[in-house]
Amino acid sequence: MPFLQAQQVRFTYDPNDVDAKEVLHGVDLSIEEGQFVALLGHNGCGKSTMAKLFNGMLLPTAGKILVDGMDTADESQQFAVRSRVGLVQQNPDNQLVAGIVEEDVAFGPENLGVPPAEIRRRVDAALKAVDMYEYREHAPHKLSGGQKQRVAIAGVIAMETKCIVLDEPTAMLDPRGRREVMDTIQYLNREKGITIVLITHYMDEAVQAGRVVVMDEGNILVDGAPDQVFGDVELLKRHDLDVPQATELCYRLRAAGIPLPGLPLGEEECVAMFRRYLRGEA
Amino acid sequence: MISDITLGQYFPAKSVLHRADPRLKICLTIFLIVLIFVAQNFFALGLVAAGVVAVMLLSRIPLKLYFKSLKAILVLVVFTAVLNIFYGSGEPLVQFGIFRITLNGILNSIFVTVRIVILILATSILTFTTSPTQLTDAIERLLKPLTKLHVPVHEFAMMMTIALRFVPTLLEETDKIMSAQKARGADMESGGLMQRIKALIPVLIPLFVSAFRRAYDLATAMESRCYHGGEGRTKMKVLRFTQGDWVILGVCAVFFAAFLALNIAFPAVTHM
Repeated sequence: MPFLQAQQVRFTYDPNDVDAKEVLHGVDLSIEEGQFVALLGHNGCGKSTMAKLFNGMLLPTAGKILVDGMDTADESQQFAVRSRVGLVQQNPDNQLVAGIVEEDVAFGPENLGVPPAEIRRRVDAALKAVDMYEYREHAPHKLSGGQKQRVAIAGVIAMETKCIVLDEPTAMLDPRGRREVMDTIQYLNREKGITIVLITHYMDEAVQAGRVVVMDEGNILVDGAPDQVFGDVELLKRHDLDVPQATELCYRLRAAGIPLPGLPLGEEECVAMFRRYLRGEA
Repeated sequence: MISDITLGQYFPAKSVLHRADPRLKICLTIFLIVLIFVAQNFFALGLVAAGVVAVMLLSRIPLKLYFKSLKAILVLVVFTAVLNIFYGSGEPLVQFGIFRITLNGILNSIFVTVRIVILILATSILTFTTSPTQLTDAIERLLKPLTKLHVPVHEFAMMMTIALRFVPTLLEETDKIMSAQKARGADMESGGLMQRIKALIPVLIPLFVSAFRRAYDLATAMESRCYHGGEGRTKMKVLRFTQGDWVILGVCAVFFAAFLALNIAFPAVTHM
């Protein structure tokens, strides 16, 4: 059974208001344990709403969200759901609760009533996993944006979560912070088997995922492997969505009549392809 | 800039006092304040003063910092000292007009001054050697029995923690907004008091709006991390009363006995 499952999910922020716009129009989505999924789409396409639906912060107006088989609408399972699916938000300043890094990471397990010695072990392990252990006694406001986001991720892993939903975690970071966060996410997915749902605007981040889901106006537009999804440049263009820069470049060259062999996703791949093409190998 | 101010006065160092249980430190400080006001004569007060000075030296905090905290209340000290000189009873030593200075007045003045000074020093020792987080934590645990009377102790402590966490963030933001408004031609440095207060409105409004946005995000973050109040919550750092704390308590008990003896054995400095 899939780890995360959305079944015919509809959502309206204010169901009592007749004029209120429906944000999601019956979304079906299944995510297996251990997957790394990137969720793309315009502002207001319902991506962030999906993030909050997955850990039960919001409940679907119609349809169902199942986390590890548990219905998020079931109040008695609320903490079980939230400790399995952690949420990391966009603004690195607004999600840290305590004035000391390690105490912030301890916040989740403390709420779950975990015994002190076990919390200590989890906090140390979580901080090591995001490579912030040396900073455990620092004050959050003295850290860089990327470091703050990694602390926020540690705070989620300390609950021994199985899945992390990240809502544009790099949107407010500089390039270095973005790389730090992406490396951490990759590491957690590969080494710790944590399911990742990454909501992002950056195509080069989406390319790093194993699966890309594109949303448009409350529906799922395409769902598949990155090369598959970005291979259909016309479809994405028709919905005013971007493709990775390398893909865009090759797409335009092809349109201009240059018979390139493929549509690469990343820069390195693109360079390699050009090299082969220019040597006349392809 | 304004973001440079440190919150609280915590000065990290490795001393017996830094390591002591913050609950013990709070209780002993309160007890000491009581002693300062119960002291009737110079011998008892002198003993308290000597004790406070000894603890100051033990704290391994630069004495300069203590003087700094005294400087803040210098006006108050001088004011009470001067006032007390003129309110003594008995034979006047000097008299001009309605002002008369008596020996008793001078003694009273010195007594009150010493009182205020050691009061400030004693509380400074507490705030210098205990981090705000530890203080909040200790206060939460000390007040825990009040939960039975439906006092929301945990909630207050949580509010304290969040406030401490966000003060630097909001200060930084105030700085940014002020720069942004200045860049748009806002004048915040000239004009009378009213004008300056008015000039702050364009800073305060964006600050409040953003604070509410932050609060919303933080609430989401806290709820996603299963926060549901103080019930069933555990703590990573458990405060433990160590052997060292028992030693401190023992020393204080001896000190208290000596204080009582001195306070009873010698006559009181008479007041007004």
